[in-house]
Amino acid sequence: MSVLSLERVTYSYPGAGAPAIEDVTLDIGPGELVVLAGGSGSGKSTLLRAANGLVPHFHGGVFAGRATIAGMDTRDHGPGALAAAVGTLFQDPETQVVMGTVRAELALPLENQGEAPAAVARAVEEAALALGIAHLLDRPTAELSGGELQRVALGAALAGRPKLILLDEPTSQLDPVAGDELIALLRRLNEDFDAAIVIAEHRLERCLGFADRAIAMRRGRVVCDAGSAEFLAWACDAAPELATPGARLLSGLGLAPVAGVKAARSALRARGLLPDPDPFAAGASVQRDRKPRRRAEEPALELDRVWHEIDRGPAILRGVSLAVVPGERVALMGRNGAGKSTLLRHAAGLMRPTRGKVKSSGRVALLLQNPTDYLVHERVAQEASPGALATVGLGDPALADRHPRDLSGGEKQRLALAIVLDGAGGGAGGDLNYQTAVVCLDEPTRGMDRRRKDDLAALLRELDAAVVVATHDPEFVAAFAGRVVLLGEGTVIADGSPAEILAGGTYFATETARILGGAGGALVSEQGIALVTGPTGSAGSAGSAGSAAPRAEVRA
Amino acid sequence: MSYRRRASPLHAARASVGCGYCAALALATLLLSAPVALGAVVVSIAGAAVGAGVVREMRRAALLALPLGLLVMAVNMLVAQSGLTVIARLGDLPVFGQTDVTLEATVYGAVLGLRAIALILCGALYTTAVDPDEVLALFRRFSFHSALSATLATRMVPVLARDARRLAEAQRCRPGPPPSRARLMRATTSGVLDRALDVAAALEVRGYGAARRPPRGWRVRRPWSRHDLAFAAAAVAIVGLSVGARVANLLPFQSDPSLHAPVGAEGAAVAAALLICALLPFADHRGIER
Repeated sequence: MSVLSLERVTYSYPGAGAPAIEDVTLDIGPGELVVLAGGSGSGKSTLLRAANGLVPHFHGGVFAGRATIAGMDTRDHGPGALAAAVGTLFQDPETQVVMGTVRAELALPLENQGEAPAAVARAVEEAALALGIAHLLDRPTAELSGGELQRVALGAALAGRPKLILLDEPTSQLDPVAGDELIALLRRLNEDFDAAIVIAEHRLERCLGFADRAIAMRRGRVVCDAGSAEFLAWACDAAPELATPGARLLSGLGLAPVAGVKAARSALRARGLLPDPDPFAAGASVQRDRKPRRRAEEPALELDRVWHEIDRGPAILRGVSLAVVPGERVALMGRNGAGKSTLLRHAAGLMRPTRGKVKSSGRVALLLQNPTDYLVHERVAQEASPGALATVGLGDPALADRHPRDLSGGEKQRLALAIVLDGAGGGAGGDLNYQTAVVCLDEPTRGMDRRRKDDLAALLRELDAAVVVATHDPEFVAAFAGRVVLLGEGTVIADGSPAEILAGGTYFATETARILGGAGGALVSEQGIALVTGPTGSAGSAGSAGSAAPRAEVRA
Repeated sequence: MSYRRRASPLHAARASVGCGYCAALALATLLLSAPVALGAVVVSIAGAAVGAGVVREMRRAALLALPLGLLVMAVNMLVAQSGLTVIARLGDLPVFGQTDVTLEATVYGAVLGLRAIALILCGALYTTAVDPDEVLALFRRFSFHSALSATLATRMVPVLARDARRLAEAQRCRPGPPPSRARLMRATTSGVLDRALDVAAALEVRGYGAARRPPRGWRVRRPWSRHDLAFAAAAVAIVGLSVGARVANLLPFQSDPSLHAPVGAEGAAVAAALLICALLPFADHRGIER
């Protein structure tokens, strides 16, 4: 019997003109691991909410068709009743953890089901052990990191041993290390608990490798439902924005796409196409970067031995020196807590260094992580000048009268960017880039699909100002940056070109670089293809995608 | 301000006892009017804050409570026309009319203000030193949904405070003149409602809507620790002293028509006993873990 069965489900949110999901039919069997793919607004989240009963019980709206979860029809059973069979994990760990301690959080769903104390205690211990959070059981939830909170929320979803686990972009708020750990954990839980897992995710390369099936959605409809390899073959042909970098690499080389770094490497090796890894791609570049860089231009932004020390707390920045020249595009990378966001705040003058100096040649525009925080007006047109809106791609007159909070995530991001860039402060005739020397963005691609990331990368490349972006997303870095600064424990631990920093690593590397082992510094699939099919058959030359000048030296 | 487990005797006591201790202090505040008794209660609460290691949070609460206390005092001073000892003639004031400030009304206003401050501090002590999850477990059988809402409110305070800081930072990043307070308030409210919706959805999928009343005896009984016993005894003693002092009128206080607040040996003894009862449990640090 299916764990989840949707029969011709169509659903519209209250007041919506068009259905969010339309005529969706699918079955998910016990123990299956299914990846849900699709762009923003394609209906992934709504489908998950139909599978846990939030649609229609919580959201209202118009529901047609039949959704059955573990034999329970959602028309007869609300999310409370379905909670015994379905565990759900949303994006934001902050709003999912409701209790004061981890133990109380894990116990809550079981207590809601009226379980006996011994059963609750045992399930809490087992869930904690399975997720590696036993040491956190008596810790206050307010003291946990984002990754820990997300694990705790997953533990709460698992504690009742549900037959079906639904995850809506669970890694979008996490750094790559915490994200990869969570995905690895899901893989193990799928084997150990035999629960069916449905995971909606934008970064498909993370989870397709071990998925049994992938379902693609577009405009609320299922457009592909197949095994991982078949899905990738379909995506390369019909939906390139859903194809993983590895799939694009293999497809470009005339091979059948496969999911996962290991499988892709095997496929290349079997054809004798796997180049030798470049021994100088990563580790040696760090040594080379210790030489001071000489730059002819006056820096747009200069941090001179900047320290940020918290009163009776740790030092977040430890003598960071960084100069960024006009037009330069810099990616700040590093794990959570490395000091990226603090550095951007210092650049924009939101914080004062406890030691050191920050200088800029003009205004520093800063877009923080949550674009909604910038939106205070009732109409899009009131938020920024027409010039600024046009530059970020929101010049469509139909958008002018929309409420800013009703825009999609990507549109909100662009609107917030227009606001911070807008020299006139929202008045008519504002001059974009007016006195803006530096544009800083903090994690701008969280929860964005690939098409929106490409749009944002293109937009950043067009700006005249220096651009500094703190991000965990190596694919995005490869698309827009000309320089990567890697932070660790508040200091710059590496500073070089994307090819130097991102090739050859694991967590801070693109999928193409991981497949090719850092060979030739190739970061994106196009470079990888050029590398493999170069003039001599094993070497060629390639530039970083999206940049004008080729940077990566390709070696045989 | 929120609960965080600390290595203190009060944090080590069970939630029911912690609640009882804070409630006893609040009851003493309500029952006793003599300035010396109220002073003893306020000093007891301050001492408890030190003993529980929540001085910073309590200081913040006191800073919020102080203006309220002063306001209560000022309003009473201007509105209450009782008392014989005029200390200032303010003449004909708009709204208030002919206003004479009397010593009696001023002192009574100060007593009311002090009482308001003490009650706020009792609430702050409860918030910072009593585990809300345990409180939820206590009330689970009676009113689970209300208790969970209260727990959630406590948990959401730091989250919303972080949201507010983020919003303020984002507004500083906007070029041009800052948006009006009304606009900001509307944006903040929208943000809070979004948060509330997310939390409500998370609670729904955790089975909140279908939560059942737990069976009798569902909780695992744990033995009473020395701290449970000490704070329970302290709470009983504080209530006993307060009720006894009130019934026996050991700490008389009168503010109309003239001020009458003698502090006899019995009254001083009651105040000292209150202080000792409230703070004695903090002397024992054995068997405490964070």
